[in-house]
Amino acid sequence: MSLTTNDVNKIAHLARLGIDSQDTESYAKDLSGILDLMTQMSELNTDKVEPMAHPMDQAQRLRHDNITEKNNRDKFMSIAPQTEDGLFLVPKVIE
Amino acid sequence: MYNKSLKELSHGLKNGDFSSVELTHEYLNRIKQHQDLNAYITVTEEIALQNAKDADIRIASKKADPLTGIPVAQKDIFCTLDVKTSCGSMMLDNFYAPYNATVIEKFNQTGAVMLGKLNMDEFAMGSSNETSFYGAVKNPWNINRVPGGSSGGSAVAVAAKLAAYSTGTDTGGSIRQPAALCGITGLKPTYGRVSRFGMIAYASSLDQGGPMTHSAEDAALVLQTMAGFDPKDSTSVDLPVPDYSANLNHPLTGLKIGLPKEFFSDDLNIDMAKKLAEAIEEYRKLGAEIKEVSMPNLKLAIPAYYVIAPAECSANLSRFDGVRFGHRCNNPVDLTDLYTRSRGEGFGKEVKRRILMGTYALSTGYYDAYYVKAQKIRRLISDDFKKTLTEVDVIMGPVTPTPAFGIGEKMSDPVEMYLSDIYTIAINLAGLPAISIPAGFINEMPIGLQIIGNYFTEAKILNIAHQYQQTTDWHKQTPKGFA
Repeated sequence: MSLTTNDVNKIAHLARLGIDSQDTESYAKDLSGILDLMTQMSELNTDKVEPMAHPMDQAQRLRHDNITEKNNRDKFMSIAPQTEDGLFLVPKVIE
Repeated sequence: MYNKSLKELSHGLKNGDFSSVELTHEYLNRIKQHQDLNAYITVTEEIALQNAKDADIRIASKKADPLTGIPVAQKDIFCTLDVKTSCGSMMLDNFYAPYNATVIEKFNQTGAVMLGKLNMDEFAMGSSNETSFYGAVKNPWNINRVPGGSSGGSAVAVAAKLAAYSTGTDTGGSIRQPAALCGITGLKPTYGRVSRFGMIAYASSLDQGGPMTHSAEDAALVLQTMAGFDPKDSTSVDLPVPDYSANLNHPLTGLKIGLPKEFFSDDLNIDMAKKLAEAIEEYRKLGAEIKEVSMPNLKLAIPAYYVIAPAECSANLSRFDGVRFGHRCNNPVDLTDLYTRSRGEGFGKEVKRRILMGTYALSTGYYDAYYVKAQKIRRLISDDFKKTLTEVDVIMGPVTPTPAFGIGEKMSDPVEMYLSDIYTIAINLAGLPAISIPAGFINEMPIGLQIIGNYFTEAKILNIAHQYQQTTDWHKQTPKGFA
């Protein structure tokens, strides 16, 4: 299985990941190499196997809906790139 | 002082032979002296000296724990309150964590002294510590070789004695592989044994923190502090923590060791095979029975891992969006530009490669062929281990295909780099505990022996490792110039 530079650009867009245009070719080559490695998986019939998502097959633990943390808003805001009046600032989304 | 075991250091502190402040100064001086190894990203001198003063007071009032006053260095993946937590990435070069990881809290409560934060592959993605934004870490046994990864700084800090012990994290071998390549002891606990809260996530169903030390005896003390149920981590397992030091001296008579024929095939490097045979022979002398076992699905561990880990990585790393913390690009024109450029600038090449791979494997039309298929193979590999561990007590094998390779040697071919994880990643897929212990040298470079046990049998694994370290002295070797 091999990927084209066009495929790489599509995947990068899905991931909202900027990649330099001069690197697209090398990503296509690297990813194709990795996908070749993956094709080994198809040698094995796994029709009746249950997929394993968690090593202990554990279900998500639930907890009571209690407040356990104090309000750290100022602390979290202080490490943000851009804030105003306790809000995170981003470029204008709706005109 | 830096040549002492943790038990000896603890005894010396309690006995008043030296103070924690003196011990801390000794390590801080060594860190300065050996900066060229690039093991540390941040040295927290002020915090260390304050921790040491507090520890000396606590020791004087006879309230010391075994690790009180002993200097530790933390992998820079653990969030440390108000201290830079970079995860080896430009993305987090400006990130001062707003809270402590549970593991860090535990070390603070026991009165450990934090020397600083250790270099690592970017977001723990790498097998050589060469993907770090802060540059490659050098192996003290030969500075032209890699230390392994991703916990390369952690392994070097212990091997070169720039910390009494360190922490690492292991998603596909990132504790065991650098431990093997640097000649130290590294334990990856059972998935869920050590809290992942505040440990920056790479692949959440595989990540696990653990100790990196000179010996199994040291590792038992460190794991004692790290392990335990944490309500803040929803995958933490609520089981009591046993006394990891209590059974270290248990004799190994009748121990059943399984050697998977898939690990010892003709593909195994001949020198490595010879060294491992010597180590196994040592166990035979200690009274163990050796048995060949077979785990036919092991060979598919690499492809399955390199689907699952990147898939989880692509989901986990979507949080780095330039909005709430971390790197943001200059003058974004719109929201998509803000996301795309911030991520494009902040992540390095290997991280991008894995995000792309994971995004692809999870995308419509490929999800079943890659992600679901890999999870099914994960089940088969896990079943192989479960079945084998009903026949034998532990499984032994190599940690790495070869000793440490040269810096730059494998950076151009990601597949070749991934293949260096061949003996470690299956254990993460199954969620089992495993240790790497020093087992000799090939051309003056250290190699490791891997001991894999059943779920939550860390005490047994440590006992088995400790007994070997009572009859061999590979773990006591120090690289030239660092003794």
